[in-house]
Amino acid sequence: MDILLQQILNGLVLGSVYALVALGYTMVYGILGLINFAHGEVVMIGAMIALAVMTLLTGTMVGVPPVVIVSLAIAAAIAVCMALAYAIERVAYRPLRNAPRLAPLITAIGMSILLQNVAMVIWGRQYKTFPQLFSTQPHTIAGATITDLQIVIIVVSAALMVGLLALVNFTRLGRAMRATSENKTIAGLMGVNVDKIISATFVIGAALGAVAGVLVAANYSIAHYSMGFMLGLKAFTAAVLGGIGNLGGAVLGGLLLGLIESIGAGYIGDVTGGFLGSHYQDVFAFLVLILVLVFRPTGIMGERVAERA
Amino acid sequence: MIKAFQSRLRQLKKDRRAVWVGYALIGVALAVLPFAVDGGFGRTWVRIVDFALIYAMLALGLNIVVGFAGLLDLGYIAFYAVGAYTWALLASPQFGLHLPFWAILPIGAGVAAFFGVLLGAPTLRLRGDYLAIVTLGFGEIIRIFLNNLDHPINITNGPIGINKIDPISIAGVDLTRTHEFLGLEFAGTHLYYYVLLGLVMLSMFICVRLEDSRVGRAWIAIREDEVAAQSMGINTRNVKLLAFAMGATFGGVAGGLFASFQGFVSPESFILLESIMVLCMVVLGGMGHVAGVVVGALLLAVLPEILRSTASPIQEQLFGKVLVDPESLRMLLFGLALILVMLIRPTGLWPSPIRKREFASEAT
Repeated sequence: MDILLQQILNGLVLGSVYALVALGYTMVYGILGLINFAHGEVVMIGAMIALAVMTLLTGTMVGVPPVVIVSLAIAAAIAVCMALAYAIERVAYRPLRNAPRLAPLITAIGMSILLQNVAMVIWGRQYKTFPQLFSTQPHTIAGATITDLQIVIIVVSAALMVGLLALVNFTRLGRAMRATSENKTIAGLMGVNVDKIISATFVIGAALGAVAGVLVAANYSIAHYSMGFMLGLKAFTAAVLGGIGNLGGAVLGGLLLGLIESIGAGYIGDVTGGFLGSHYQDVFAFLVLILVLVFRPTGIMGERVAERA
Repeated sequence: MIKAFQSRLRQLKKDRRAVWVGYALIGVALAVLPFAVDGGFGRTWVRIVDFALIYAMLALGLNIVVGFAGLLDLGYIAFYAVGAYTWALLASPQFGLHLPFWAILPIGAGVAAFFGVLLGAPTLRLRGDYLAIVTLGFGEIIRIFLNNLDHPINITNGPIGINKIDPISIAGVDLTRTHEFLGLEFAGTHLYYYVLLGLVMLSMFICVRLEDSRVGRAWIAIREDEVAAQSMGINTRNVKLLAFAMGATFGGVAGGLFASFQGFVSPESFILLESIMVLCMVVLGGMGHVAGVVVGALLLAVLPEILRSTASPIQEQLFGKVLVDPESLRMLLFGLALILVMLIRPTGLWPSPIRKREFASEAT
């Protein structure tokens, strides 16, 4: 029983990170109908920048409390990722907005490869240790353990998601974003600056991604130039699972996917009599994706028709 | 100057005899190519050309799915993997099986086609991006299974891969040994070159004929407008499945050749990046255009190798040390090329005439 509880806790931690990244995918898809393959790489760069800033500051600013350093690092990561996402949209996607759908998808893949390799040239091939941000002293709840860091991950993710939902539902910018995703032309006629709104969408998604990158790197204590790709794919799966284009759906999908993965990996060995082991963890995400798309292409909360040409 | 050359070329095209002479010249050039490459650059480059031909076959297969039928497949390398592993399991000490070439070729093609239908069937209702993501997932699932099927029953030998795969031997001629015909010495890589060249030409022929066939026209109709195609009486389900199966067959055969040529397969050869690489060959060459796709494949297979052999010396001369290792440089340029081609020349380097017209009309 406590194993199950433990897996659920791990799944929630994993799921909140997926949800944060999935929000970036779903917002962009909702407005442009584009899978922003480079989003996973933005997440990775967020983690790398935070790591670089932390290493720099701990070397130069001795005596400054670690909380300040961590906040500075996260702020820097957010700033860099926002600028990067703005640039990506401007350079690679905007010129292709009216091109056939395959074109921006391929530039997105190209952008992802490019960013990954730029990161590799800058930060090297080896895995980098991400510093421990919080005490690793575990708390025990009903037989399952949870660390401070994991609590922080869940709390921060939840706060950001609530913030985003508030932004989209209750502000002028949010209303403009929703209008743009309904119909770009009409929104433009109603006085919405569509280009600006699309940029804003990318930038907000990147900010969430940067935070997610820092959280996931801190969780595994590792940062690597290729960490973004798989994370991105899974987050996209989460977005599809919840219903792409739907913010609440992305959150739900992320949490569900985290739970499915962690419970699946925990029990697959017992269920199959040791035939399949926990290294099939990555299969679950894709299996879920295929099943969802086959049986309910609109996702759990999606109202959009999947076959938008 | 260029204009004069073009008009001269057009004149020549009308002249029947000149066309035949042109074909003959190309034929001779292709026939002596391995010897010229061997003499000029060394045996490794013949190997690289051989691999380029395998890629050309892959690109032709993917072109059926993406170029003709318009179904974006990001997991195409899975079929290549299936073909390669089928070959590896049936002709290596792994299970002690050593079936002959002519037996494995249809089996490999059949197994790959089966997997093609397996992927195609559940994704029939999906379009565009969704299809891309599902196929991507499918490719990853195949790779993960290949990587982990070494226990409890050892089938694929896991990450280590399968070694000592039998070479192709046709009519008693073992393609890895050096043979003598007509006083000329043919090394193994040369023999493979001719076999692969023959298969690529056969594939091109099949593709060109397919494009003009009833099925080919149905594929193109689906690509352009699925609903309209359906209302014209095209059975979209069967035609799409056929596209997947056909593309997969090409991939499977190419995979088998790859396995026997290299003598070794491991899951590492079938990563997502390879799928993207093949897709790039198709896109860069000109989606839906058979000749363009082959050119794209040859370019993308050979250029990086040239880069690999020249990038380090040039950097050392310029900066005194190697700043960016050739492998990352290759990928950097690769990503950049994808973006630039899409921005500047979205139809590819050598687009099919129909597609070129479409893009021109869309722009106005």
